Amino acid sequence: MSSLPQSAQSRQPPFTFTFDDRPIQAWPGQSIAAALIAAGHRSWRTTRIEGSPRGVFCGIGVCFDCLVTVNARPNQRACLVEARPGDVVSFQEGAGHDDLAC
Amino acid sequence: MLIDAAARPGGQYWRHRDGDDGALHHDWSRFRHLRRRLETEPLLEYRPGHSIWHAERTKSGFAIHTVHDESPRTLHSRSVIVATGAYDRQLPFPGWTIPGVFTAGAAQALLKGQGVLAGRRIAVAGAGPFLLPVAAALAEAGGRVVGVFEAGFPAAFARHPSAVLGNPAKLAEGAGYLRTLLQYRIPYRTRTAVVAAHGTNTVTGVTIARLDAQWRIEPGSTQILTCDTVAVGYGFTPQTEIPLQLGCEMVRDTDGSLVARVDSRQRSTVKGVYIAGEASGVGGARLSAIEGELAALHAAHMTGGPAPNRRHVARLLKQRSTERSFATAMHQAFAVSDGWQTWLEPDTVVCRCEEVTAASIQAAIDDLGAPDPRAVKLYARPGMGLCQGRVCAYATACLVAAANHRKPTAHDLLGLAARPIAHPITLGALAAKPSNAHQQHSEGS
Repeated sequence: MSSLPQSAQSRQPPFTFTFDDRPIQAWPGQSIAAALIAAGHRSWRTTRIEGSPRGVFCGIGVCFDCLVTVNARPNQRACLVEARPGDVVSFQEGAGHDDLAC
Repeated sequence: MLIDAAARPGGQYWRHRDGDDGALHHDWSRFRHLRRRLETEPLLEYRPGHSIWHAERTKSGFAIHTVHDESPRTLHSRSVIVATGAYDRQLPFPGWTIPGVFTAGAAQALLKGQGVLAGRRIAVAGAGPFLLPVAAALAEAGGRVVGVFEAGFPAAFARHPSAVLGNPAKLAEGAGYLRTLLQYRIPYRTRTAVVAAHGTNTVTGVTIARLDAQWRIEPGSTQILTCDTVAVGYGFTPQTEIPLQLGCEMVRDTDGSLVARVDSRQRSTVKGVYIAGEASGVGGARLSAIEGELAALHAAHMTGGPAPNRRHVARLLKQRSTERSFATAMHQAFAVSDGWQTWLEPDTVVCRCEEVTAASIQAAIDDLGAPDPRAVKLYARPGMGLCQGRVCAYATACLVAAANHRKPTAHDLLGLAARPIAHPITLGALAAKPSNAHQQHSEGS
């Protein structure tokens, strides 16, 4: 669970965002999920019914397993949302709140 | 106009990062050539980051409703080429919801698109040729691949010698991946599956088992392996929301997937709607590109462009036939057998979104008499969550069909495939008045 050497990464320098107040390093263009996985995290939400931990499953925006709260907005697909410097990412318990039409 | 849900061109196959040198990719020069044409073609407008949430027929053609950064936009066109691709097809197994179990495509996307290894000790499992490039790429990037566990029996290729030998490029590609596996001493075990994953907050190991011809576990063959990651996939499920919304006739393909019926011009059964790539049958990147070119030539002609060159079209059709024969041979060699259903425990989750267990689905069939997946969905809720059945529809269809002593049909698959809203949008975006743009053509993302 690590990022590849810098030569394989973007030529721009990495930046940080926070996940539950801890700093996470990300490379420009990296998704929040990729940066979290590279930092050793596997899950960032629990399910509504069983409270089971979930993280990335499909990695391409199909399965909605990797939902997370980004800058106070719940239910963001961590595999699709690009990390930005200073983002505040937080663990999501259950549904967060439902603001999706489907 | 090219509407792409992704941030940059390339689809799933050539998923990459900005400044990517293509080292992790197959056939990268071909992609660079296509990308150059995309950038230099003056009449083509490229719209990355636009998801299509609904497509509908209008009096003069089609209305394509997209959303970009939460702002809705509707485009009008006279023809549509749907090239939506596919995602990994999954079979549920005990422990498959534990973090650290990824789809094979996710492991690949994290690596190629993000430069991140999904884990340290990785079991690659499932069925089909896609497992090979995934395992090879993970190993080359420094992952320790503990094995490739192929449930199918690739030697069944021997039954289709002409289809396989007629495609030396594909054979060479496969041989290259096998060489990489050898080089890294990665065992490639056929008729073997990951039948359970273990762990609570993260994967700590898997149970592998040898399978009989029906994919039931051979008694005494199970073995526990230590690993922190599983990359799994049993073929692919085409993204068919747009052809379904537009009313295209759908059929069940040889791999068991629901696909749009197309003719020699890649025309669907709805006038003006063309389908290219996996949505008309799973067959890989090369076949998709051929189908895309055929669809584009004919769609351009239909909307007032020049007639396509007959010899060029004939050449494309011949290539399409070669690639499709190969794909069909693959589908048959790696066909999913119903024995996977015996891997399930009563509390194994089948629908990950609504956390519907195998026991609940069985109860809907046995106690409530559900005859098809649509009825099971109403009784037990599989497919009612955020992913709208994209992940569990195939497994649910297989479970219901097997319980009713039959094979899944196109009707079964249709029961969980209709998604009037293909992409989640906020209620605010739905209520907002979309801005309009009139265009001649539009292509599916």
